[in-house]
Amino acid sequence: MNFNMTNPDQIAPSEQASKSGKAVIEIKDLYKSFGDNHVLNGFNMTLLEGENLVVMGKSGSGKSVMIKCLVGLEKPDSGTVKVLGKEINTLDQQTLDELRSDIGFLFQGSALYDSMTVRENLEFPMRRHKEKLGVVTDTEPLVREAMENVGLAHTMDLMPVELSGGMKRRIALARTLILKPKVILYDEPTSGLDPITSKEIIELMRSIQKKYGTSSLIITHDVDCARVISERMILLVDGINYAEGTYSQLSQSADSKVEAFFKK
Amino acid sequence: MGNTTTIFKGIKEFFIEIGDLSYFTARFFKEVLKPPFEFKELLRQCYQMGNRSLVLVTVTGFIIGLVLTLQSRPTLIQFGAVSWMPNMVGISIVREIGPVITALICAGRIASGIGAELGSMRVTEQIDAMEVSGTNPFKYLVITRIMATTLMLPILVVYGDLVALYGSALVENLKGDVSFQLYFNTVFDALSFADLIPATIKSVFFGFTIGLVGCYKGYYCKKGTAGVGVAANTAVVMASLLLFVVDFIAVFISDIFYEL
Repeated sequence: MNFNMTNPDQIAPSEQASKSGKAVIEIKDLYKSFGDNHVLNGFNMTLLEGENLVVMGKSGSGKSVMIKCLVGLEKPDSGTVKVLGKEINTLDQQTLDELRSDIGFLFQGSALYDSMTVRENLEFPMRRHKEKLGVVTDTEPLVREAMENVGLAHTMDLMPVELSGGMKRRIALARTLILKPKVILYDEPTSGLDPITSKEIIELMRSIQKKYGTSSLIITHDVDCARVISERMILLVDGINYAEGTYSQLSQSADSKVEAFFKK
Repeated sequence: MGNTTTIFKGIKEFFIEIGDLSYFTARFFKEVLKPPFEFKELLRQCYQMGNRSLVLVTVTGFIIGLVLTLQSRPTLIQFGAVSWMPNMVGISIVREIGPVITALICAGRIASGIGAELGSMRVTEQIDAMEVSGTNPFKYLVITRIMATTLMLPILVVYGDLVALYGSALVENLKGDVSFQLYFNTVFDALSFADLIPATIKSVFFGFTIGLVGCYKGYYCKKGTAGVGVAANTAVVMASLLLFVVDFIAVFISDIFYEL
């Protein structure tokens, strides 16, 4: 059952798209199952240009599966997934790789390459996209800029194992930024971090969004993170977008399933 | 009823595994000649697998040479054929024992290492991160490793053979008063291309099998840390088993061409 917002200010995503800018991500009727486990049951979503959209859901609700469908890491059973105007599931490998350079992805566990230094971690994504970045040999200025953005320029020659969880997350964010993406997908950006580091990461996400004007899709179950960063929220329940609206709209809802997200 | 179901399930899983491995192999051949080529990573892997296996291959080869000679001596003396020792040891080591033992040692060290490394990269989403950045992880991680094992194993086998022969020569020198020069001259006189070529070709396939199985198990590792352990373990078991299958096929084909 879709939750209908009672607030008259609420606008349907398609309507918003036409009002406030073009859609950079569009998901329509997304279905995905793993055997008998039906994870997504007709999920719909639109992310607008320059927008910070938070998708909240409980653990195992299919948030990560949904976000992986956006970059072609998971193939949906049915439905359409359009990113920057291109239907992900119909692209050949080369076009998909080119499109992926416009999509930044911050993984839940940072996913830094263990066998490489921080500098090599940042240089790695540039190997295939030097033309886009306009660099031929010297990648140092881009690496330095990305590392300065996250305030960790002094760690460039360290190995990931020598870094704390928060530092790893920041460097993963720097690696995401290095290809100058138009959209950044954050998979649980604050999970496993202490409250202070979480706040720092959220601040960093906001400053990056401000500086580069990227669109951000944030997958989280952290209410504080959602409150601070979201312009619009979608609650993912039972594989569908159960409710949609701003933080204040949803947090005041009387619906028991929606309330459950905001209970302290 | 329950047993029958279990048997059918086992058979089904076996064929699924064969199918998946065949698909993985086909993907390797499809992508190996397609640019871009990861030469730097290939060299790094060759160094990792070759150089770091040297000590293990040296110790194993030397002991095999020693033991084979020590255990054969009494029987050959009994038949008055101890002068055939270099011929017997040389041919058995070059044709069979050297390649198989070196490959088994490398299956234990390299296949498990690759399985664990790629498995942990899979569960910590590092492979996904590579894919999302537009870099083909199959080319960077899998092709380089399979190529490295395929190139390095024949070299390790030749090196292992020489060390094993040296071990054997040492026993003959100490116990039989045979000089090293005489021992090696006799060995090389006894060996022909029909011994060397099939053994070398066989080693190439052994190397390919070790790399392929290690990468396959690691690349498709199931989620969780337990999955990494399972990937490393099954990589060794499957690679060792397949080495004997490859060996049988190689000996069978060699027999047709060289009439062993």
